[in-house]
Amino acid sequence: MSVSYENSKRVFEGIKAAGIKSVSALPETWLVHLLQRAEDDPDLELIEVAKEEEAIGIAAGAYFAGEPHLLLMQNHGFLAAINGIVSLAQLYHIPLCMLIAFRGHWGEPYPWHTRGGIITEEVLRALGIPFEYARAPENVAKQIKEAYTFSQSSLSPVALLLTRDLMED
Amino acid sequence: MERAKCLEVIYPELKDKLVVTIMGACAQELYNLGHRENFFYLQHAMGLASSIGLGLAKHLPKEKIVVLDGDGSVLMNLGTLSTLARYRPKNMLHIIFDNGSLLSTGGFASHTTSGLTDLAMMARGAGIEHVATAVNPLQFGEAVLDAFERDDFSFIVAKVQAIGPDKFGMDLHLAENAFRFRRYIQEKKQQGLKE
Ligand SMILES: Cc1ncc(C[n+]2csc(CCOP(=O)(O)OP(=O)(O)O)c2C)c(N)n1
Repeated sequence: MSVSYENSKRVFEGIKAAGIKSVSALPETWLVHLLQRAEDDPDLELIEVAKEEEAIGIAAGAYFAGEPHLLLMQNHGFLAAINGIVSLAQLYHIPLCMLIAFRGHWGEPYPWHTRGGIITEEVLRALGIPFEYARAPENVAKQIKEAYTFSQSSLSPVALLLTRDLMED
Repeated sequence: MERAKCLEVIYPELKDKLVVTIMGACAQELYNLGHRENFFYLQHAMGLASSIGLGLAKHLPKEKIVVLDGDGSVLMNLGTLSTLARYRPKNMLHIIFDNGSLLSTGGFASHTTSGLTDLAMMARGAGIEHVATAVNPLQFGEAVLDAFERDDFSFIVAKVQAIGPDKFGMDLHLAENAFRFRRYIQEKKQQGLKE
């Protein structure tokens, strides 16, 4: 299994096509090609954080500034960011468009990913965060655009789960 | 030194800057000086004030950003110091009011109380170049003026007493604050485009 170069490219093109101007991120294996592209793109502001919760603050700043922003993280990073999501984004009605690498689920060979993977959907539901699964490469650009649109209209966090089908070859 | 006094000293300077403050006592003291549309009060999420500041600073290069933080809050998000060092937002000033206390929740001692933990040294260790410590209002005022003149990221630790306002209460809902803060910024951007 290797991280899909082609589909990472599709995701990146989807981010660009959605009009995203800045991205905050913390690396994870499935995101390496994506982040490489973001780093190499002079028109995209990339802020890499030390912990994913910081990205919630940065996203709020970008929103106040009126700049289309997107967050890239793995699901364990989402779990690490929950207080920020609840007590900043949800409390103040600040939109978040989160692309989350959905590790630790069907087909996961690595034991350390599994607990987080098993509970991710239930935590999203408990928080009232709308989410969708990105599986098919031909749909992902549309899904990113829709996630962004919905985050802005609902003033809510929204999550697009990047699945194994999409991210691995 | 009292934080309320420090805020009073810099209040006139905050007129045209975007200000993000932590919750509770600090938010109330700023509010008591007179609310302005360019103030955002982060009333609960500890540690994220400087992350919001970074997000503002990176996307609004023409604005000056002032973050009013606390020792307890910043200790919850120490990674922010290294993120700020790495991205070095030139248009941002990060002030930590170090009262050695979790004042807004019962005044329990924080990790900085004993003087063992030195936030200024931690900031330097994270790679922040311009770090100042102020122990009296004069020093504080000077450090802030230096920071505004300097076209670079600046960090100030202000040693203050663990005292806060007598009364709490703001006539401003949280979401209302967020909406109005954003609108203030967008209108300013529009004006900037017209000029
Ligand atoms: C995650 C989390 N834990 C605990 C609290 C409760 N709490 C509210 S204010 C506060 C203390 C803040 O301390 P500091 O940043 O030093 O500011 P001060 O109140 O001393 O001005 C605490 C612990 C909280 N808001 N969030």
